[in-house]
Amino acid sequence: MLLGPALFVSGLLFTLGVAGVLLRRNAIVIFMCVELMLNAVNLTFVALAQALGVAGQIFVFFVMAVAAAEAAVGLAIMLAIYRHRGTLNLQNINLLKG
Amino acid sequence: MSPTVALFWTFAGIAVASALLCITRKSPVASALWLVATLFQLAALFVILDAQFIAVLQVLVYAGAIMVLFLFVIMLLNLGRPGPSDIKGPMGLAVATLLAGVMGLQLLVLVRAAPPADVTLPPGALLGASQTQGMVAAVARPLFDAYLVPFEITSVLLLASLVGAVVLAKRQL
Repeated sequence: MLLGPALFVSGLLFTLGVAGVLLRRNAIVIFMCVELMLNAVNLTFVALAQALGVAGQIFVFFVMAVAAAEAAVGLAIMLAIYRHRGTLNLQNINLLKG
Repeated sequence: MSPTVALFWTFAGIAVASALLCITRKSPVASALWLVATLFQLAALFVILDAQFIAVLQVLVYAGAIMVLFLFVIMLLNLGRPGPSDIKGPMGLAVATLLAGVMGLQLLVLVRAAPPADVTLPPGALLGASQTQGMVAAVARPLFDAYLVPFEITSVLLLASLVGAVVLAKRQL
């Protein structure tokens, strides 16, 4: 059983995703780091499915569907922001700052 | 170390290295391509963990559809050209390393996680099910049986995101 190693790798990938979100300023790269975190969680689901039954794999299926929907809407929002402000650098997007 | 375990650590090592390159490359295109590499390694890990159907979906949906969408938007917005780096300075790097490091240490507890013995399936149960029922049927049968309502709600979610994406990205309605 590879449960422990798989959870270790998944924790490492999730940490790298968080580090990427904190480190970058480009909205698209931050979005890709969020996808990396979702994938780390998927690895956890698949690893635990081996011990706890096929429900874990079905949850990965749902996570993928939600990620696809999120990517479509998120990238459309980024297109709209870029058209409006001409940049995707989060330093320059401060409309909610007041 | 059995060949399976060796393969697992090989793919895991490549996945973590590609993820590291993904968050440190300056160009968004390079980041996206390294993320694709990570997703492929994760698909390989899924095969090792007896989730062959999910691995195929990972390659088709994630590495295929979603990442093409990302690259398409990067191309559309012309973000691939060299420009000033979007990576934060030393202060940002220190804060990111500290916060992510603390969280990573907390996640290390997961390594010792063990599901309670009374709900744990015997080793090889999942593999046996996929061998007797078929690789896809083992996942599809519960999906269309116990998880039918979430499945239908997912289809509504996808429709909503489709309409939302078109409305948001259109110049004028």
